[in-house]
Amino acid sequence: MGNTITEKILMAHTGLKKISAGQLINARVDIALGNDVTAPIAINEFKKAGGKKVFNKNKVALVLDHFTPNKDINSAQQCKAVREFALQQKITHFYEGGRVGVEHALLPEQGIVLPGDLVIGADSHTCTYGALGAFATGVGSTDLAAAMLTGELWLKVPQSIKFVVYGKLQKWVSGKDLILHIIGRIGVDGALYQAMEFTGETIGKLPMADRFSMANMAIEAGAKNGIFAPDKITADFIKKRAKRKYKFYASDADAVYSDIIEINAAKIEPQVAFPHLPSHVKGISKAGRVKIDQALIGSCTNGRIEDLRIAAGILKNRRAASHVRLIIVPATPEIYKQALKEGLLDIFMKADAIISPPSCGACLGGHMGILAEGERAVATTNRNFVGRMGHTKSEVYLASPAVAAASAVLGKIASPEEL
Amino acid sequence: MIFKGKVWKFGDNIDTDAIIPARYLTTSDPLELAAHCMEDADPDFVKKMQAGDIILGGENFGCGSSREHAPIAIKAAGVSCVIAKSFARIFYRNAFNMGLPIFESAELADAIKEGEEVTVDSAKGTIIITDSNKSFTINPIPPFMEELINDGGLMKHIAKTRGKNETK
Repeated sequence: MGNTITEKILMAHTGLKKISAGQLINARVDIALGNDVTAPIAINEFKKAGGKKVFNKNKVALVLDHFTPNKDINSAQQCKAVREFALQQKITHFYEGGRVGVEHALLPEQGIVLPGDLVIGADSHTCTYGALGAFATGVGSTDLAAAMLTGELWLKVPQSIKFVVYGKLQKWVSGKDLILHIIGRIGVDGALYQAMEFTGETIGKLPMADRFSMANMAIEAGAKNGIFAPDKITADFIKKRAKRKYKFYASDADAVYSDIIEINAAKIEPQVAFPHLPSHVKGISKAGRVKIDQALIGSCTNGRIEDLRIAAGILKNRRAASHVRLIIVPATPEIYKQALKEGLLDIFMKADAIISPPSCGACLGGHMGILAEGERAVATTNRNFVGRMGHTKSEVYLASPAVAAASAVLGKIASPEEL
Repeated sequence: MIFKGKVWKFGDNIDTDAIIPARYLTTSDPLELAAHCMEDADPDFVKKMQAGDIILGGENFGCGSSREHAPIAIKAAGVSCVIAKSFARIFYRNAFNMGLPIFESAELADAIKEGEEVTVDSAKGTIIITDSNKSFTINPIPPFMEELINDGGLMKHIAKTRGKNETK
């Protein structure tokens, strides 16, 4: 009986020779991540447990990206506490100020997370790194404290669901549409406690940016992790970034899955998740007339340079509707610089967009793009829960950068085809 | 452990943004978080509830973000335990790690009205509705999770096991 890629990576991080779904293991951690919201609690727990030094200063990443640039005095205090800890511990991967980016775009870009790694992060979208063929999962602050102290964490080996995606993608259909479609099909707890393994000919051709978007939203189906077997596309992404060893794993042909789901990608049109769950998904042709007040293009799901290029392609020589606030958030400083170099920021400014510094702020209703009562936003983010981006009577519609850009121009949820 | 309290019913997929909205995450002070517990699901919850009361959820309770502020807010508000049909996995981990008792029961939520009183007996694995005396079985707690509870949470568990390893 063979193993899945998830099982193989987990096994490689224990002393065990055999591993199977449901087993409880103590696994070695390659990278433990925290941010300005979750790290303060972890640092406190670390100190309370008598922690003096983190297990390895090169294996902890602390990224101040949520309420930054500091929103208010409280958030400034939180950032200060994390900064002091990071400096005192000489943490190698500490990011703030002009070097900070949205953590799940930043870590792969900087080569901090690599194929075959075991990554835990006190942020639910840590599952993003599965796009690289790493095992990556979100945990809480106490888990982060434990990992910073011991370099290990308890994990239950998950069962895996295999998604086999085939067929040619239609125009304007991206990884974001695929994952929204999948969540719509299996529900917000459709993969609860399980691994989502994405395979098939369509996946094999999918660029890294799309794979990151898909792995990012595995948590929105309740999954422990999302994962892609690394290939040539992964290798091209990694080779100029990696500064240490990494390993490609693949599932055995006779690996055991709890379910195998086939998806004909050719039949999928751009998708929109309606309020208030990421599973309330409709095809764009069935969206009806939904007037919007704000369009947000950014986040750990869709704030990469490829996303900005798609948005710029649509926004070029066009302007956002006069009643729409178009907010664009390049996810990292490197993406920001590249967008500037390619003239994308110029296109955005001519389209009346607000260009935000890298931050998670607007996506989670933290700051820099909050919605008032009754307002509606189309967003390239990952969550549309009640009150997610502001007032409890505001609404968030999740979509791809292409749909968000077209919607900004037309002032209502729309496909680029309608322009 | 025995918990006796009034239940407050919530539906399926109660997410951590509803339990503690992100706008309050600029602090990790338990009492400040507690003041906004369940605010976006029921703005009056904190005013209505009393210490020892129980939150009763449907499927996938605690889905969404990994914020440990969610179980912290619930515990600091004085809620004695959370019962749900099922829990989202990060919330489940967090609760055991930081010491909020949680129990799974597939049937209770559909058989009880808000405000009724129950007694949860974790040792016996039962929940009993006081008025009707109806009894329900709690899904057994995995042995490792029980160890975490008995040790007082993950960090105390680690301190204990590390101590052991060092004396070996």
